[in-house]
Parts: sequence; C-alpha cells; structure tokens
Amino acid sequence: MAGLMAGFGLYTHAVVRGIPASLAKEALRMGSQSEVDLAGARREHEAYVEVLKTRLGLEVVELPADESFPDCVFVEDAAVVCGDTALITRPGAESRRGETEIMKKALMDLNLNIVEMTDEKATLDGGDVLFTGREFFVGLSKRTNQRGAEILADAFKDYAVSTVPVEHGLHLKSFCSMGGPGLIVIGSSEPAQKALKTMQQMSDHRYDKLTVADDLAANCVYMNLPNKGHVLLHCTSEEWPESATVFEKLKDHMLIPLSNGEKVKLDGALTCCSVLINKKANI
Amino acid sequence: MTTEAGSETEVKEKAAEESAAEPEQTEKASEESPEPANDQGEEKDKEEKEGKEGKGISKYLPTWLKKQKSQSQTSPTKEAPPTEEAVTEVTANQEGPVPEVNGHAEEVEEKEAAKSEQVNEKEAESDSNASADTEPAKEEKVEESAESHPEENKGITGGAEEQKQGGEEEGGQTSIFQSPLRLVRKTKMKLVVCHVSLLDGTNFTCEVEKRAKGQFLFFKVCEQLNLMEKDYFGLTYKDNHEHECWLDPTKEIKRQIRSNNWQFAFNVKFYPPDPSLLTEDITRYLLCLQLREDVASGRLPCSFVTHALLGSYTLQAEFGDYEPDQPRPNDYMGQRTFAPNQNKEMEEKIFELHKSHRGMTPAQADTQFLENAKKLSMYGVDLHHAKDSEGVDIMLGVCANGLLVYKDRLRINRFAWPKILKISYKRNNFYIKIRPGETEQFESTVGFKLQNHRSAKRLWKVCVENHSFFRLNAAEAPAKARFLTLGSKFRYSGRTQAQSRVASSLIDRPAPNFERTSSKRISRSLDGAPVISITEASENGRDPHLELHSDNKSLGASEPSPSQDHDKTQDEVLKHQASISQLKRSFMEAPPPSPPQPSQWEKRLTSSPAPTIRIQQQQQVEVSAPQTEASAADSTACDTKEPAKTTEVEIEETVVVQEVSKAPKPGLVTVTISPPVDPPAAEQEETRGEQQQVKAQVEIVAAKETKAPPRESVSSESESEDEAEYHPNVSASICHTQIPEEEEEEEKEKEKEVEVEEKSVERDTVAAVPDAPCLSAEVSQTVEAATSQEEEDVQKKTTSEEMEKEGEREAEESTEDPMLTPDEAPNGHALPEESVTGTHTATTATTEEDQTPKMNGDAPTLAEAEHRPQVICCSEPPVVKTEMVTISDTFAAQKTEIATKEVPIVHTETKTITYEAAQLDGNGDGEPGVLMTAQTITSESLCTTTTTHITKTLKGGLSETRIEKRIVITGDCDIDHDQALAQAIKEAKEQHPDMSVTRVVVHKETELAEEED
Repeated sequence: MAGLMAGFGLYTHAVVRGIPASLAKEALRMGSQSEVDLAGARREHEAYVEVLKTRLGLEVVELPADESFPDCVFVEDAAVVCGDTALITRPGAESRRGETEIMKKALMDLNLNIVEMTDEKATLDGGDVLFTGREFFVGLSKRTNQRGAEILADAFKDYAVSTVPVEHGLHLKSFCSMGGPGLIVIGSSEPAQKALKTMQQMSDHRYDKLTVADDLAANCVYMNLPNKGHVLLHCTSEEWPESATVFEKLKDHMLIPLSNGEKVKLDGALTCCSVLINKKANI
Repeated sequence: MTTEAGSETEVKEKAAEESAAEPEQTEKASEESPEPANDQGEEKDKEEKEGKEGKGISKYLPTWLKKQKSQSQTSPTKEAPPTEEAVTEVTANQEGPVPEVNGHAEEVEEKEAAKSEQVNEKEAESDSNASADTEPAKEEKVEESAESHPEENKGITGGAEEQKQGGEEEGGQTSIFQSPLRLVRKTKMKLVVCHVSLLDGTNFTCEVEKRAKGQFLFFKVCEQLNLMEKDYFGLTYKDNHEHECWLDPTKEIKRQIRSNNWQFAFNVKFYPPDPSLLTEDITRYLLCLQLREDVASGRLPCSFVTHALLGSYTLQAEFGDYEPDQPRPNDYMGQRTFAPNQNKEMEEKIFELHKSHRGMTPAQADTQFLENAKKLSMYGVDLHHAKDSEGVDIMLGVCANGLLVYKDRLRINRFAWPKILKISYKRNNFYIKIRPGETEQFESTVGFKLQNHRSAKRLWKVCVENHSFFRLNAAEAPAKARFLTLGSKFRYSGRTQAQSRVASSLIDRPAPNFERTSSKRISRSLDGAPVISITEASENGRDPHLELHSDNKSLGASEPSPSQDHDKTQDEVLKHQASISQLKRSFMEAPPPSPPQPSQWEKRLTSSPAPTIRIQQQQQVEVSAPQTEASAADSTACDTKEPAKTTEVEIEETVVVQEVSKAPKPGLVTVTISPPVDPPAAEQEETRGEQQQVKAQVEIVAAKETKAPPRESVSSESESEDEAEYHPNVSASICHTQIPEEEEEEEKEKEKEVEVEEKSVERDTVAAVPDAPCLSAEVSQTVEAATSQEEEDVQKKTTSEEMEKEGEREAEESTEDPMLTPDEAPNGHALPEESVTGTHTATTATTEEDQTPKMNGDAPTLAEAEHRPQVICCSEPPVVKTEMVTISDTFAAQKTEIATKEVPIVHTETKTITYEAAQLDGNGDGEPGVLMTAQTITSESLCTTTTTHITKTLKGGLSETRIEKRIVITGDCDIDHDQALAQAIKEAKEQHPDMSVTRVVVHKETELAEEED
C-alpha cells in the first residue's frame, strides 16, 4: 500500500464504451449544431482506445454501446473513481441516468468499493469532477448540483471537496484538466480563468497553470505510468493549432496528440471517453 | 544582591531544611491521599495572616516550620526562611504562578541557576559561547554546588524526578534568590487539585495554587509527559456550557474555568502541517495519540482505506510486528476504536495491512501514521458552527493556512491568512475583512453569525492564535503580513511555530524513553499520581486493556534506547543538561504576566461604543506601525539580519548575569528609582553603545512601589468583553524607511489617527538630541526623572484603566552612531502613552521635526535616558514625588484617585543583571550607520514598557533595526522579576520574531525599609 494520495496519474485499467449509432442524431449538445460524422467519431474513438491499450498498456474494459443511450460513450460522467472507491453518479441529464448501470457492474467486477448516489435530489456528472491528486473540485453546472457534490465529498472523505461555479460550458472539465501533478491546464476564456481563480483560492495547495488558447483544448488526459513517465493525451495541432503548440512545450511529457473533432461537436472531450482506474495488486 | 544576605539565607535555609527534612518525606508518602481541601485552606489562611502581620524573618520562620509539619499536601521543597534578601529581593510578583515548588518554582530555580552559571561562565569568558561547549563546565560547577548543599535536594512531587533533581541542584547554587520568592508564594498558597486527562487516556493529578496561571499547570503537565516541544499543545477545559475552551496560559486558571471543576484535558492545539519536522519522537507520539482520537471520534474524517491504514500503523507502533502465533491484538480489537463505524471488515483490513509493516519501529510507524494523517483534508481544521449572512448553516474551519468555510462537507470558500486584514467579533457576529483582490478596489467584510457571543469569541481567539502561530515569522510571509494583534486584549502568547522549531532544534537531550499505549497508566500510578481513569478512558474510547503486552515490545523494538547506551552517570549528566536547557527555555518563555491593557481597552470600548471603533482602528494602526517598521527594516536589511532561528539559540545560550550594584540606598523618595541606580545603568548603556551588536534589548527595571499591582483587577475584567479585533495583516504600512512612498502612506495613516486621538491625553514626549557620547551625569539625571515619570505613568495607567496596549512612543536619538547628524538622526517620535496616536502622529508625520514633540511636562522615560541619554526634555526635575505631575488627559478624573501615595522614606536596593547574547552578525557594530528611524512605544500592563525602535542605515545601504525595550515594574513586594523578565523577552521575541534578543539588563531596586526594622 503506497499510502494516501500517492501516485497521482498512475492507472492500470480503463473503462470505455462504444459509440452507438444514435450518437449522431440524438446525443445531447450544448450549442453546436454541426453534423456529426458517425464514422469519423468511431474512428477517433478507436484510435483513443488503441492508445490506451497498446501504446500505454492499460487493461481496457470495453463496454458495448447501447442505442438507447446516445451519449453512452462519454463514460466519464457515469462514475468517479479515486483509489479503491468508485462513486456511481446520478447524471444531470435524465436521459443518461441509465448509463450508470453497466458501469457499476464493470467497476464491481474490478473489485472497487462502490458508492451509489441514490439521493434523488442529487445530480453529478463525472465531467464536473476535477481530481488534482490532492483534492477535488466539483463544478456546479447544469448537470451537477450541490447535493451531488456533497455525496461525492462523503464518498471520498480523505480529500477536500470544493465547489466551483460553472457558468459557461457544459462541465468544469470542458475548459480545464490536469496536465500533471500540480499542473492545471486551463482555457483562456474569461469564465475559465475565473474558475481557475476560484480553485486557487479554495485550495491549500499551489497549482501551476498551463493556459491554452482554446477552452476545449484544455481538456487532456494525464497519466503517470511506470516505464513511461508523464503521459499526456492532448488535442492535435490540426484541430487546435494554437493550443497544441503549448502542449508541445511540455518537454517532460510523453505527448500523444489525439484527434477528437467529431466528439467535440457533442461537447465530448478527451477525458470524457474513459474512466481510469488504478488497481493495486495488493489491495 | 548582597553577599551577606545570600550567605545568611543559605545558612538559614539549611537549618530549616534539616528540621523540615522529615516532614517532607511524609508529605511525599501522603501525597496520594490528599487531605481534605478545607484543612489546607485553613492552613493557608493562617499563613497568610501571619505573613501579613509581619514580614520580619522571625515571624516567618515559625510559620514556615509549622507549615512543613502540618501541611502534608504541599510539599514545598526547599522553603527558605525569609531573610533580608528575601524581603528585598521580592520585587517579585505575587501573581506569579509559582505557587508550588513543583513545576514552575523549579523553573525559577533553574533560571536562577542558569544565571549564576552564566556568571561563573562569564568569569572565564566574557563572551557567551555555544551551550554545547560550555555545558560541561557548567555541569561541574553545578555539581559542586550541589554537593555543598546536599540537603537542598528535596524530593519534588510529580514525575521526572531525575530531571527535577537536576534542577534542584542547580537551584541550590542560587538559593539566595529562591528563598524570597518561595516565601511569598508559600504564604499565599491555596492549593487546588487539578485533574488533567492526557492523550493516552490516563489522568494526571496535581496541585496548583488556586491563583496559578494556566501556564503553570500546563508546564507541570508537560513536565509529567517529558515533553519539550510543547508549543503545539494546550490544555482545554469545559466552560459552563460544555464547550471546550483553551486554557489561556497567561491568565489565572480560576478566572477562566469559572467553576469548581478543575478538570482539564491535554490536547494538541496547533497541528503541525509537517510532523516530520518535529524534533522528538515523543512529540510525534503525542500527536499520534491526538490524531487517533480525532480519527476514532470522527472529528477527522477519512475513508475506509485510510482508517485501515492508520489503524495498522497504530498496531505496529503499539504492538510491534504482527505475530500470527501470539494472541492477536484481535482480542482487544473489539474494544478498541479505530473508526467511528468500525466493523469486522475494517479490522480484517487493519490486520492485513499490519502484516505488511513488519520490521517497522514504533517511531517509524508513528511517522508513517502522521505522514498519512497530515494529508487528510480536515487535518488540523478546527470547526465551528455558524450561519452565513443569509442564515444558512455553515461551518467555519480554522487551520494553519487560514479560514475555511464549509457547507456540509463541501468547501465553499477559503480565506487564506494573507487575505485577511482583520478579524473581529461583536456579540455573536464574527467578521473578517478581506484584502481586495487584484481586480477589486475595496476591501470587503464578510460576516458570520455564531450561536452566541461566547462562540464568536472562541472562534475569534482560535483565529488569532492560529494566525499568530502559523503565520508570524513564516518564512514565506510577505514582510507586511507579519504581525497583528491589536485593539483587543487577547493575543497569542506563546511561541510561533517558527520559533518553536528553532527551539526544538536546540533540544540536546537524548531521546527520552517513553511508553506507548495505555500501559502508561500503571507506571504513572507509581509516580504518585492517582489515576482517575473512568471518565477519561471512556471519553477517549481507549481501551484500558490494550496496554501491557505491546508495551514491552514496543519499548524494546522502537526505542533503541539511546539513553541506555550511556552509563548511568553520563546518562544523568545528559538529563541534567537537558533539564538545564529546558529550564533555560522555559525561562525564556516563562508565562507573561496577565496583560491588563486589553481589558482596560475593552472597558473603554464597551463604555463608549461609537468612539470605540475609531479608537480601535487607530490602535491597530499604531500598533502595526512598529511592526511594519520592523518588518520593513527587515526586508530592506535582510542581509544584515540574522534569521530568527539562530537568534533564539543565542538567547538561550548566552545568558550572562551581571550584578552591578547591590548596595542598598538610603532613603530616597518613594517609589521611584534612586539615584544610585542610575550610574550602573548609565555604565551599561555606554558599554552597550560600544558593542552595538545587540539588535534588541530588553530592559527590565523593577522598582518597588507601595501601591498594589493592578493585575488582578485587569484579569477579571477581561471576560466581560464581547467584541474584539485582530489584524492579521498590517493594512497600511507605516514604515519609517527610506522608501518615500511608504512614508507617505504612513503620514496619511497618522493623519487619520490624529483626528481620533485628540481626545486622548498626551503624556510624555521625549525629544532626543543626537549627541555622540553621552555624559553619564546627564544620563543619570534623566534617569531619575524618567523613573519618577514612569512610575507616575504606571499609576496612571493602572488607575485610569484606559491604557491598553497602546504603545507610547518616544522619539529617541541614538547616540550610538557618531555619524549621526542632527538632520538625519531626529526621526524619533515621542508618543504619549495613553493617547499614543496624538503625539505620535504629530511627530511622525513630520519626520524631521520631531524635535518638537508635545511635552506635557512629563519627564522622559527611563528607556531613553538609559539608552542614549541625549537631551531629554524634562519639565520635571528628578523628583521623587509620586504624584502625577502633568496630566492633561481626559481621564484625569480617574487618575486623581490614584494620584498620591504617601512617600515614606525608603531604602532601596538596586541590582542590575545583564543578559547578553552573542552577536550574530558583526554588521551592527562598529559600523557607523545612519539613523533612519527611532520610535518608542510604551505599552502598559502591570508594568511600564518602553520600546524604542531604532532603524539605521549601515554601510552598503543596508538597514538595521534595533529595538530597545524597557519595562518598569512596580509593585509591592511581590514582583516576580524573573517572570517579568521572561515575559518581556518572550514578548519581544513574539513581536519581532525576526529579530534576536541580544541583551537583557535587569535592574532591580528594592525597598529596604521594612527589613530595617
């Protein structure tokens, strides 16, 4: 047992889910109405899973897509996993509540301690939960409310859980994510910067920030893997040239650009498509 | 001090001890079965009466002997019969919490011992050296003295016998000093039994004088625990509403607990953010115990896995390696609480993890425990129920970093200490004023509602203390954010974390042996402390049974027994050394006399609400001014300054006692200091000037006065307050530095102040004229005048109750620097004591013009005279009269009451003791500098304090700030000067943690009139 809060970014498993055909037409979206190329989205997703599986060597649990849940590929919203505990969320969008069912089973199979959010007043999307390694920030957004955050705090008692108002964008992580231990990648928009300020004020810890031009590009996936060191899945320079150059300056990271153009149309970012788990051998 | 007196004392002491030897033994034996308190009380009363009837030695002696025989409870170790010395010496403060011989008294002894040691040392080498080098020598001397007075070693109740012995031996050397103090104490003793529940679930019982201060009891407990890093801990009691409150070390216990329930709990008060920085394992162990309780009770929430992990480390620490064959601790598991919702699954997990810790020593296990516990988000967070402005239930959490706001489990806001400008409470409202953010223009104030005013006050106090402890002198703290504390009577009185760390680094004793787990209980009972386990055990959720088995193990395994490596004698020596250093330390941190000022301040506040606010603001400004100055100077001259850490070391190690004059002076006028006193002071001054190395000076002059010390009344007042303020940060920088902008600010501030202050009376201002060398004649004259003046001031203050901490500042020119030109030098500002600001503003605003301070006809204070007796404008000749000369205050009415005392002819005896620290940085000396600022602040308590800030520029543009603080304590026969000195030093360190105390001069003057009968 490595002890409390050790090994941020260390993952052994990932849970992903396929893209249903209904994604293109029925998935929830915030603003953009541009056509989603289903095939393109699936290609992107396959590439994503491939990276996790082969390049990074994670054990990937692939859940089948469900046509009745057009958004089901965004598994992140269905569960928050930290350490040995998995909180099964109650997504803010009613149409997505059913997505948690299969997720719960999968996580149980991984022997995680399952905590369910049963309170009917609580809503929480995993996309609103930013875990920094030392604490949680929970965005209070259209999808996540105070009660949901409280339940999360109850589930992860070791950590401080601070709430951050999210006035723009879908989720908290629609404009930020962790780029390393103590490093927050943040979009440059005003709401994003404001949220960052809030987080910094609320925290006892110091965070460095990496500001990227585009909010959506601020969502990246950080891992710290044995034999690989810092790994960062981030946007491509084709889609977000300006932001991509910022990432490219991270010399210590193994940088893996991943195209995400189709899913972004549905507000789906890189973190949305997987639930990362660290299952230690001795637990 | 007179040598004759000393010898006399010793002789008598010996005689007394011989006669008392037997009774003492019985006392010890009977300690476990305390007699009914009534008897005690009667005895005491008697004693008191007798004591009052006559102070003659002859009268005392019988009493004392009587006591020895009849009183079994109070085992006064070496009571010395009063001698001339006693009477004369006893400028000491009765209030002084040194009622019993046990804890505190010993410290006094040790202090004195330390002094004497120093003296000896000084003979050999005038300069103070690192204690490490010199200690062997000390030891020898001490032992010699011990041999010569073998009888002096009397048993002392309580634990840590050996250490005490050491202390006693030391004490023997300086018995002269002790006797008077003791005597006084004894006569007043009314003992009360205190029950202190310790962290391991045992109960510690001891007796303290009824009027003892919190610190006394605390020290006793720490001694019992063998704890040296005590700054993180405190004692709590339950108030009448069942709320846990921290026992204020500086106040009388009785006045705080307000009940007859003398029950306390020893707890961690400040959770060190990084326990690995603690020096001693025993400290970590105690912290572990606290955290285990916190975790088990749910106060410190953690996840299942963390519960299990922490539990497993606990098992490892207490039981050693997991042994499958032996009876598992499992048997106890059921009774043991690791978590609020402990279940079988968790216990299994704990065992599983326990197996993985094989080979870990208890100390390592504790460390691991702490490494994990400290990361918990609620570690060290003290939660208070409150409502926000909209009436929503929230929790306010006070911690090392600031103030946290929780709604349910969620953190909804956080105010880091640097963001907070002011913390205040008024009735049940609690306010924090927030520094404007980058984009905001104005400060904002956030208010919370507490359940009642008591809760508000409690929260406020906790904030003040936490801020002080964790932020002051924090390495990263911006220069501005250093100090705060004003306007309200309450302040954190202990050492800050930074200071504590420094002190810890000096601990040079071998790692003490201690037992883990609750088996301690048994050994404790052997020590003579009755165990009252019932309440405690249940409260802590500790299982009484856990103890035995594991203990042996842990002892063997974890404690490599460093002490055992040494042969006994050496061991003893080491312990002895440890005790010495401990004593020194405690000496330095001795309990400050109760701060009367705040209460007075508060009174004022309550009486006139509207003006109050203003006043407070002013006050803060004023108070902050010196701070800022210091810090500013600091920042500018950081190169020249030594880090605080080293500073403290110096202090402890370099105590030198100089006894300058001991000749009693024939009848001078009343209270004031007699002329003979002056010369030595002047001499010292000169020498000091030469040395100049000293950065901060603390001078304490104890003058005997007929009037009673104001303290008591003060302390009683304190509770009535229902509002107070605290300024964690200096909002406006008032710096007299070279930086022009800041000065402007300063001036602004002052202007503000002025408005307010007009109502306040200006008292004395002193304009110092920069002269190169000071003439002794001049000096002495000024001194006299000053003393008389000061005494008056004291009276005024005490009577007028107005005096808060408002500092009075006096402008002073430093004579030290020959380079000073009149233009440059006159930065000094004279501040009237009471009105502080009024004059202050005037003088300070025009930095150059301070030459024309407002003189009310008050004589300059002693401090100036002594320091750099330049010119002092004394309207008053060095008169001895006690009456108030010129007072143009609003409070005049009050003063009249106090005004005149009878001036009998009094013989005075004076004594001067100088403690001087080795100079850390050579910059200060010899280097001529430019005086940048000089400011004197006088604050008021039972004594008069004059603080002089001198900032000067040295070569290379560095600046150095020197603070000289002079305290005049007056009182009738009961002043504990040691305590006062310790207090003064402590305060100095506290206020200027970044500075070092380099020199301490004690000048005692005692009336001899009574003895002469």
